[in-house]
Amino acid sequence: MVESKHQWKAWLYLAPAIILLLVFTVWPIINTVAMAFQNGYNALAAKRGASFDIGIQNFIDVLGYGSFLKNLLNTMLLCVATVPLSTMLALLIAVALNSIKPMQKFLQTIFFLPYVTNSIAIGMVFAAMFNIIGLRGGGSMADTWGIVNNFLMLLGFEPINWINQGSDYWANIVVMVVYIVWNALPFKILILLGGLQSINKQYYDAARVDGTARRRVLTRITVPLLSPMLAYVIITGFIGGFKEYSSIVGIFGETMGPPAAAGRLNTMVGFIYDSLATSSQGKASAAALILFGIILVVTMINLQVSKKRVHY
Amino acid sequence: MDKKNMKTMTAKDLQHVSAGARIMGILVKIVTYAFLITMALVVLFPFYWMIISSLKSEVEYRATIPTFWPQQFIWGNYGQAFKDGNLLQLFKNTAYVGIVSTFLSLVITVLSAFAFARLEFKGKDALFAALLATMMIPGELFTITNYITVNRLGWLNSFEALIIPFLVSVFYIYLLKQNFMQIPNELYLAAKVDGTSDIKYLWKVMIPLALPTLISITILKMMGAWNSYIWPKLVANREDMWLVTNGLRNAFTTAEGQANYPVQMAAVAIVSAPLFMVFLFLRKYIMAGVSRSGIKG
Repeated sequence: MVESKHQWKAWLYLAPAIILLLVFTVWPIINTVAMAFQNGYNALAAKRGASFDIGIQNFIDVLGYGSFLKNLLNTMLLCVATVPLSTMLALLIAVALNSIKPMQKFLQTIFFLPYVTNSIAIGMVFAAMFNIIGLRGGGSMADTWGIVNNFLMLLGFEPINWINQGSDYWANIVVMVVYIVWNALPFKILILLGGLQSINKQYYDAARVDGTARRRVLTRITVPLLSPMLAYVIITGFIGGFKEYSSIVGIFGETMGPPAAAGRLNTMVGFIYDSLATSSQGKASAAALILFGIILVVTMINLQVSKKRVHY
Repeated sequence: MDKKNMKTMTAKDLQHVSAGARIMGILVKIVTYAFLITMALVVLFPFYWMIISSLKSEVEYRATIPTFWPQQFIWGNYGQAFKDGNLLQLFKNTAYVGIVSTFLSLVITVLSAFAFARLEFKGKDALFAALLATMMIPGELFTITNYITVNRLGWLNSFEALIIPFLVSVFYIYLLKQNFMQIPNELYLAAKVDGTSDIKYLWKVMIPLALPTLISITILKMMGAWNSYIWPKLVANREDMWLVTNGLRNAFTTAEGQANYPVQMAAVAIVSAPLFMVFLFLRKYIMAGVSRSGIKG
């Protein structure tokens, strides 16, 4: 290839990337670990020359906080509810899209639309759809019940207080699940449809000759041949799910919960930023490492499961 | 039963089955379309609701029985959203951050990808592997230290803080490197023989050939600036430094919930509009970029 005396040239081209990565990627990794293992580390105090004992007190503190465990629970709950739901729905839509010809491109475009949105902006639209205005009479009367409740009432159900003051925790969770699934669909559909379109048509021809039932075709041909893509969207879904934050800000605002129950829906990432805001960088770092550990473990489990189930 | 008879029986049976299968097939088609169209309506509904709500009067918005088409179009909501949300300032800030960071990011990405794809140097594979390894670590882990770094550099409430920490994306380098590798090496060697400089070769050959990837990167990077929320919120709390998302979330939130919702929805529509425009015209590049990356922005 190219003469080795020109090695310096390669390093010259790489210099901007390497310098920036050293400052904003490599150093943070080292420093975050260092901060996490200095008990009660605080950047302001450190700047003034304070020193901290080495230890695992930050981790003990973080794990001892009721709020951390609650945030962890919220995060896991949203993950466990949204990843299977959005994956299944995306699979159904992708399979349906793949089986039609007229309108396929048009519908595919519509299903991709939520991807190119600002998750805070559209969160505000969802909040408006679930929002009740002018609730009074002990919750029996209101000016506007919100369009979602209007649909429910049309079907003969009672209106539900989804996100307003005095709303139930589970009602909040349902709203978040609906929004997160809506948001997660486009990417999953795109990947799964791409996978479906690359499956060799001969498998389906063979199944048709054998008169295989449609459901069997789905479970015995489509899903196994699609399993690498499925594994991919599930793994990235879990990774994204554990970092859930801005979708909650979109619906509930920075209070991370309905009025008078602020912080009720806070997540792991929210906890990290809250710790940062109170200048406890040691605890924030410990929480970030715990988050990284959880993501790592979940990804490993996913990979182990897919090793057994995925057909390449 | 003689052989001939049996044969005709089977043929008849087959015909019968295929007629049944055809009806079944039509039914399946109907169900498929019904399902897809229902889901498409569910996906589209929030956009529809955003637009009609943004054009309603406040009284109509608060009506107990909802209207699905504004009785009277209040276009003034949009003007008021611009004013109340200080959207012009937010747009300017975001455009500045988006354009500058995209441009610098492209330069850095192209140079690095070129070095990895075309040049030989000691430790190339190890360096590339190390870069890829950093992709596994969640960004939250960097944020804490980067905040301290930016603070020490005196960059709080400055464009430097909004632009510089995220200029290098290992993923984009990887993507472009793969693309560059597909270009035959002979072209490069021929150019070398002709005495063409690296930069000229990059500009005249590599960049045109890798243009689709570069366009994908540009769009995703711009969308990233448009949608970023957490980092700007941390490093730029002064109002004149806010980016679009931060301003949007803060300008229309009142503690008492007495916001003017139609104006709020108008602001959301204004903020969403550029994204839809990009999507409408450059859908192909976005979808290509996304299906290979799996990252938002």
